[in-house]
Amino acid sequence: MVKELLKGNIAIAEAAVRAGLQAYFGYPITPQTELLEYLSKRMPELGRTFVQAESELGAINMVYGAACTGVRVMSSSSSPGISLMMEGLSYIAGTELPVVLIDVMRGGPGLGNIAPSQQDYNQIVHGGGHGDYYPIVLAPANIQEAIDLTVLAFDLAEKYRSIVIVLLDGSLGQMMEPAELPPMQPLRESYPEWATRGAIGRERRIHTSIYLNPVEQEKTNLRILQRWQEVKKNEVRYKSYFLEDAEYVVIGFGTAGRVALSAVRAARAEGNKVGLLRPVTLAPFPAQQIEALAGSSKGILVVEMNSGQMLDDVMACVKGRTPVHFYGRPGGIVPLPDEVLVEIHRMTEKSGRLNGHPRDQWLERMVQHI
Amino acid sequence: MVTDTEITVYHRPATLTDLGTHYCPGCTHGIAHRLVAEVIDEMGLRETTIGVASVGCSVFAYNYFDFDFVQAPHGRAPAMATGIKRVLSDRIVFTYQGDGDLASIGMGEIVAAAGRGENITVIFINNANYGMTGGQMAPTTLPGMKTTSSPNGRDVESQGYPIRTAELLATQEGAGYIVRRSLHDPKNIRLAKKAIRLAFETQVRGLGFSLVELLSSCPTNWGMDPVDALRWIEQNMIPYFPINDFKVHPVIASLRI
Ligand SMILES: Cc1ncc(C[n+]2csc(CCOP(=O)(O)OP(=O)(O)O)c2C)c(N)n1
Ligand code: SF4
Repeated sequence: MVKELLKGNIAIAEAAVRAGLQAYFGYPITPQTELLEYLSKRMPELGRTFVQAESELGAINMVYGAACTGVRVMSSSSSPGISLMMEGLSYIAGTELPVVLIDVMRGGPGLGNIAPSQQDYNQIVHGGGHGDYYPIVLAPANIQEAIDLTVLAFDLAEKYRSIVIVLLDGSLGQMMEPAELPPMQPLRESYPEWATRGAIGRERRIHTSIYLNPVEQEKTNLRILQRWQEVKKNEVRYKSYFLEDAEYVVIGFGTAGRVALSAVRAARAEGNKVGLLRPVTLAPFPAQQIEALAGSSKGILVVEMNSGQMLDDVMACVKGRTPVHFYGRPGGIVPLPDEVLVEIHRMTEKSGRLNGHPRDQWLERMVQHI
Repeated sequence: MVTDTEITVYHRPATLTDLGTHYCPGCTHGIAHRLVAEVIDEMGLRETTIGVASVGCSVFAYNYFDFDFVQAPHGRAPAMATGIKRVLSDRIVFTYQGDGDLASIGMGEIVAAAGRGENITVIFINNANYGMTGGQMAPTTLPGMKTTSSPNGRDVESQGYPIRTAELLATQEGAGYIVRRSLHDPKNIRLAKKAIRLAFETQVRGLGFSLVELLSSCPTNWGMDPVDALRWIEQNMIPYFPINDFKVHPVIASLRI
């Protein structure tokens, strides 16, 4: 295989096709729409299922129905559309079905804008739909990674009968980069023992998320949690850069992590011992790695394209053992490497504890933008 | 003439499980279930049918049918059925939905499915109220009808008019078979069964979206005994929701079964 110049949304769509995607259901929304448009041509061409649904409610429930039959199924959307899908995601989680969802985040809340943001972190990583459930969340920072993680998403979804969400911001969906697509996988021919495909020569099967008896519901909740423990044990993924001798650590995911890497490189060039941890799985979160860094570093800077959502998770790992700083650009703004470099300087020059919460301190510095 | 061999002429359909239902005494949900099972048996569809239960008193419909079944979020059964049918186009997929589920929270999904000509069958139970949650006003509640959320009777000025679902969906090009029947007496039950049969025949032949609206009783929430409830359907519901064929594909119209 050779590298091609690929747009993020198209690359993800084709990666899913090559991973054996059998059915796609979606609804147009910027900055994700090319993904749907591409599949509207590609899927029928291959004799596979494509439906433009009446809404994201429709789309996620079509996904739910198709998932019951054991096929590889996917939808994609962006923040406001993802909000509409939350009901369906909760049901899918409660029914323990494998589903892949791509969220190409934009600015918000509300209708917001179509510029790149990371505003959906909490909604995606910490639920969003009702109930105790735990989607696997993968956060690519470049188009090659978006391709690779999309393929991985299908395998993980099936391995754990889980929802897997590939979470990226609109800039990754829209930009072009050279990347290599995976080989075409054959479509599945055998189906899991739970698939409802018609009771041919066997007893009936049922898929439901209702357990009126709380004892049965609790059992299901515990089973789902037990499965999540397995995921946490096996599937934590992250990228580290210059961490071996780092005195200070920057943590960021997706595009924010990528921008932070440029800043970290610049800081290194100045002789500052700074490293970067970029979580690739936001769920399961690389908590142990961050805990270890908290013990070994003089300060941690969290960089996000929101008002500090992952920040809370980082702080929960750090447990006050080292000062945590925050820098964010919410609303659809991608921070520049120079901005992050300024924040790195602030961190390295300022020794000791911080006064107050890192988000509050950041907000004080941000008043110039209000 | 009396013979010494007895022949069973009325038995439980093979695809209706032995389980007693949880429906209230006199509720016609049970009759609708039986009719669906009889039709599935007669058409030999047990192994190829996948049902989609909705949210309402029939949420546990899957317990009573002996074939594959899934359970949808409130109102979303037509979307879920679409997902199944599109990946398994040779299977028979039907939803079983109440009027709150289909004509209120799920109006978007049902109209879109009909518009797409989705080749699925819908069994639509119109009992003029939200049964499961204790008898609140539904989109089908009659003008002046008292429910727990229209205690003074449905006031059309502030609470709007009942929605005639079958008529509305019959305007869709994608619909192949749309009729309304009633479950209030044996004759109408036989007609309802025939309609359910034709709805499934529509799907088997790939003629588009099919729906049978069934006027159904809810004696518990109507505060009536079962017989009065059946009479109430005849006297009050049928005048507003006429029994009729609203759209019948010519192939189905010429079918002799
Ligand atoms: C999203 C959501 N909203 C509300 C409910 C509560 N709820 C359960 S059943 C029901 C009404 C069902 O009425 P209908 O569809 O008429 O069926 P019936 O019970 O009369 O057979 C409602 C509102 C729910 N389960 N989910
Ligand atoms: S509440 Fe009404 S619809 Fe529900 S089972 Fe009882 S009688 Fe039937």
